[in-house]
Amino acid sequence: MDQKTQLSLVSRIVQIGVGRDEKTGAISFPIYPSATYRHPGVGESTGFDYTRSGNPTRQMLEEGLALLEGGSRGLAFSSGMAALTTLFLHFSADDHLVVSEDLYGGTYRVLAQVFAKLGLTATYVDTTKTAAVAAAITDRTKAILVETPGNPLLGVADLTALAALCRQHNLLFIVDNTFLTPLLQRPLDLGADVVIHSATKYLSGHNDLCAGALVARDPALGERLYFLQNSTGAILPPQDCWLLIRSLKTLALRMERHCQSALTVARWLKTRPKVTAVYYPGLEDHPGHELSRTQAKGFGGMLSFRVESPEVARAALKKLRLISFAESLGGVESLMTLPAVQTHGDIPREERERLGICDSLLRLSVGIEDVNDIIADLEQALS
Amino acid sequence: MTDKKMRPATLLVHQGRDRDPATGAAVVPIYTASTYHHTEGKAGEYDYARSGNPSRDQVEEAIALLEGGCRGFAYASGMAAIGSALSLLKSGDHLIAPDDLYGGSWRYLAAVLPQLGIEATFVDQTDLSVVEAAVRPNTRALFLETPSNPLFKIVDLRAMVALARRRGLLTLLDNTFMTPLLQRPLDLGIDVVIHSATKFLGGHSDLLAGLVTTADPELAKRLKFFQNAFGAVLSPFDSFLLSRGIKTLKVRLDAAQQGAQLLAERLQAHPAVARVYYPGLTDFAGRERHFAQASGAGAVLSFELQEKEQVARLLRTIRLPIIAPSLGGVETILTHCWSMSHAAIPAETKLRLGIRETLVRVSVGIEDPQDLWEDLASGLM
Repeated sequence: MDQKTQLSLVSRIVQIGVGRDEKTGAISFPIYPSATYRHPGVGESTGFDYTRSGNPTRQMLEEGLALLEGGSRGLAFSSGMAALTTLFLHFSADDHLVVSEDLYGGTYRVLAQVFAKLGLTATYVDTTKTAAVAAAITDRTKAILVETPGNPLLGVADLTALAALCRQHNLLFIVDNTFLTPLLQRPLDLGADVVIHSATKYLSGHNDLCAGALVARDPALGERLYFLQNSTGAILPPQDCWLLIRSLKTLALRMERHCQSALTVARWLKTRPKVTAVYYPGLEDHPGHELSRTQAKGFGGMLSFRVESPEVARAALKKLRLISFAESLGGVESLMTLPAVQTHGDIPREERERLGICDSLLRLSVGIEDVNDIIADLEQALS
Repeated sequence: MTDKKMRPATLLVHQGRDRDPATGAAVVPIYTASTYHHTEGKAGEYDYARSGNPSRDQVEEAIALLEGGCRGFAYASGMAAIGSALSLLKSGDHLIAPDDLYGGSWRYLAAVLPQLGIEATFVDQTDLSVVEAAVRPNTRALFLETPSNPLFKIVDLRAMVALARRRGLLTLLDNTFMTPLLQRPLDLGIDVVIHSATKFLGGHSDLLAGLVTTADPELAKRLKFFQNAFGAVLSPFDSFLLSRGIKTLKVRLDAAQQGAQLLAERLQAHPAVARVYYPGLTDFAGRERHFAQASGAGAVLSFELQEKEQVARLLRTIRLPIIAPSLGGVETILTHCWSMSHAAIPAETKLRLGIRETLVRVSVGIEDPQDLWEDLASGLM
């Protein structure tokens, strides 16, 4: 692997695990299902003792995740929420977080209904406005958690400015990079401390596994997060680690296609009479467009749009043929979501409506099918 | 849900069976059951997993959809697919195969089929008159590969189909190198298409599989009978994994083909290289014939160095490609055909065919082509 450090990131991703099984030279790194490992002697270890603490297949994946994000340590979890929960356990009672208000409903749910009871509180702000974030910081604030682009309205937060704010107040800066992936946006390079992923989405990319990831920039923080991973045990099993490695190999190709097609679909949606607004950072009139260009290499495969009434939205969801009406995102298959009911159903109604997540807002995860087929399906569904 | 009118990229992702009817699951479940309950003693759609199971059905339907066949069949390896498809022949039959056939296929035709009383003649299929001259009264089939492996001889498929129809022969074609995205042999009149799905269709060097399809319902019925009777079927887990690989075939192949074109051109311009075999090169001998029946040059190429020692140095120096038999993965694979893919063929036969010890085959992966070229060039002197 050392010999390969001069290669481009795309090549290095393809090469994750290749030839690393020294005994056989296997191209595809093996799945190690073993729960435990024989010790060579008392007080001796092969480096692997018990599979929760470390597993060769998971290690290969975790090294790959660290490589992708440019961090010192990667950790793989059994879901995106498991990664997030493990990270929240880093904090103590009476700590406070400042969190994006335009975020996945599951994050809101675990903070409001689980961590609030343990004394970890959160304030939700519009993180596209750095001043609003600064105003929300209190003496007890320990971290800022940002999703950018936001979900589902794709607002763009200024990562460099927020990183400076965090340094000034000695806060941990956490970025959820699920929507863009490290190939398009590298938050650690911009000053973030930890990157979190629902790896179920683009990293896995096939809607066929559930996984989460944390990547830390600083080795000491990486060690602390590893301690929490091992102590609480929400690890990704070896089979899914292997499947996720397999997925990463085509990530660059998939993301390229997702980005191209999402832009084409977004531009097309803008021309439709029943569509009243389109949210996609790749559109020149999106408020975060210029900022996106400076901190990301692409605009991703996610977009949302508003139709003229909730009835139009419901009718469209019913008529879709190629695109599935389903939660989740980031797969090769196109998926459409009604955020107010599905992904963001746990956010109180008045809060949702204040944010603009109403029953006529649809979110589209643009897949890698032929874009003409995707548009044809949308056209008939909106007719 | 897809219909046949949809474009290839869409068919690849959805494959005709993209939702589990019971749960709406976006991915077809892995059905590991070996057997199925017979309600009130009557068999349903499925009764025993060798005969059929939903996970395998998914890839079988996919290959039929992609190749334009009426039914598809999935096997435990490419060789299991070839062996099963050749069950269409019987004792006393004769078939004509290419002289630079893949070594594993050559072994089966030359050493296994004769035990069953089926004889093969190996000829240069690029010359129609040579093939015609090899037809005997008991000839029943033409076994074809184009481009051939590893010398990229191009066989005129339309001419072979016309000859086969004239003489009442079955045509079987190994479409592994091209995949249905670049070459659709059933549309040209070929009877049976075979794939080592281990290669581009699987695409990740992590499973073994073979696929067969045909547009003829009568042949499909016989292939189904042999598949079930012989039982070299693809497992449910590998069916899932193959289906997953097929979803990204277009993005992988587009990228790999671009890389192959770049490498072929640079190799051709390199003083250490004696010759490059790749249909994408403007001066490639079979170029016109290839592009009359295929829409791309593919992602595999071969090249010839001047001396054996240069090959040894290349294999010692390069770091990025895997040095191994096989092809079609996301990782670039470099094969020394003499000692690997074609090891089963006797040395004098290989030499006669032009498969020398100085020949190297490259299956171009999806790494950055510039990285590949720099690595390859470091080993060329």
